[in-house]
Amino acid sequence: MSVTKLLAISLGAILTNNFIFAQFLGICPFLGVSKKSDTALGMGLAVTFVMGLASAITYGVNIILVKLHLEFMQTVAFILVIAALVQFIEMFLKKSVPTLYTALGIYLPLITTNCAVLGVALLNVQNNYNFIQSVVYGVTGGLGFLLAIYLFATIRERTQFCDYPKSFEGFPIALITAGLIALAFMGFSGLQVWPM
Amino acid sequence: MNTIIYAVLVLGITALIFGIILAIAAKIFEVKTDPRLPEIQSALAGANCGGCGYPGCAGCAEAILNGKAPVNACAPAGAEGAAKIAAIMGLEAPSGEKMVAHVICNGGESCVKNFDYVGVKSCLAATKVAGGPTACQFGCLGFGECVSACQFDAIHVNEKGVAEVDKEKCTNCGACREACPRKLIVEVPYKQKVFVNCANKDKGPAVTKVCANACIACGLCERTCRLDAIHVVGNVAVIDYDKCKNCTMCAKACPKNAIEPIPTPEEKEKFKAAQKALAEKKTAEAAAQQSAEPAKAE
Repeated sequence: MSVTKLLAISLGAILTNNFIFAQFLGICPFLGVSKKSDTALGMGLAVTFVMGLASAITYGVNIILVKLHLEFMQTVAFILVIAALVQFIEMFLKKSVPTLYTALGIYLPLITTNCAVLGVALLNVQNNYNFIQSVVYGVTGGLGFLLAIYLFATIRERTQFCDYPKSFEGFPIALITAGLIALAFMGFSGLQVWPM
Repeated sequence: MNTIIYAVLVLGITALIFGIILAIAAKIFEVKTDPRLPEIQSALAGANCGGCGYPGCAGCAEAILNGKAPVNACAPAGAEGAAKIAAIMGLEAPSGEKMVAHVICNGGESCVKNFDYVGVKSCLAATKVAGGPTACQFGCLGFGECVSACQFDAIHVNEKGVAEVDKEKCTNCGACREACPRKLIVEVPYKQKVFVNCANKDKGPAVTKVCANACIACGLCERTCRLDAIHVVGNVAVIDYDKCKNCTMCAKACPKNAIEPIPTPEEKEKFKAAQKALAEKKTAEAAAQQSAEPAKAE
């Protein structure tokens, strides 16, 4: 059961229930950091990393909360965890991998405000995932985010060279593009490879 | 009641634990930076224009700190910024005249077009199509490659279809000079008022066919200038900004109006009359001298 379940979770997080196109989480960095494909790639990788780690740690925090019957505090406790985690990663990268640190730049602290990260922590609880399932869901959810933002950034790079009406320049055309990709991702809904 | 106490305790304790971990991590992962680095960076213009050739202002500050870049590497910060950085670094600030960018083309409407270019609105892309839509291989294309390169809103394509620098806003960062595929943008002193606005290095007859306002290398300006400040070099007039005193005589003498400031027709007439009078006076003087000389010989 375990492996097929994990594969189903991965497929769901990347395609059918993509965080951006199906659940509409993490739209802010998705629109803000998608002007260039290489920065989009950096942002996607950083988010993947943080989402995986956040799923693991919030799993532990949630056990404490459930034991003390404090489930209503999940949101605030998870935000605390995520903020601390991002801070810690920033310090760690600055010391150990300065090249990656400079490449990510401002996007690293911005992950704190990425609702997809909070979303993955809350969804893990909602879906009653165990530890391994939580981590897999976090990492693959991040990969789904990476796929979405990279696809979107490459399309946005191309639309810059297109001739469209003045009133559509900039954000309007970006939003229309995002909508169209979301429609395309709708095609994945109902996809079921392994009967569960 | 218990729930509230537990809630406060759990959140407080988790926050405390994370706080302690972060405090320890800050000590372990501490990266020592030179205290001069943020000081230098604050003295730079902060536009991240890339004119210095380094990736952003942070890159430039680091290069200055390591002695790889001169203290006046940041053109937008100007002499003031260079002096500040020099003080931080303990070096002498080099004094320099304020320079600005200038576009050496006044073709636009008078420039003959070979074909209508329909495509990506970029000068670089346009030059790749059969050598560009303008018949003049040296002229401004007017698609605004420089306009988008400028971080300071200091260069715009004017109503004639030629890029024009607003020298009050220009910081001489050099981004437009890099962006122009025809290398039409040059560095000039801020005080300079007279410019040859043409870069066409073809011979006179060929130039006349492609542009009404182009330099035909006739040399009238060279002969008019009394300060030896303008010379025809490679079929185009070039001003020596060290010698030029902005008298605008060359601009009035130019038959093609290729030199800025472009004179009004009245000014031109007046100048021509004055030149004629001067020439007549000279011939009269010469004649008088000639008639005086034989008298002396006798």
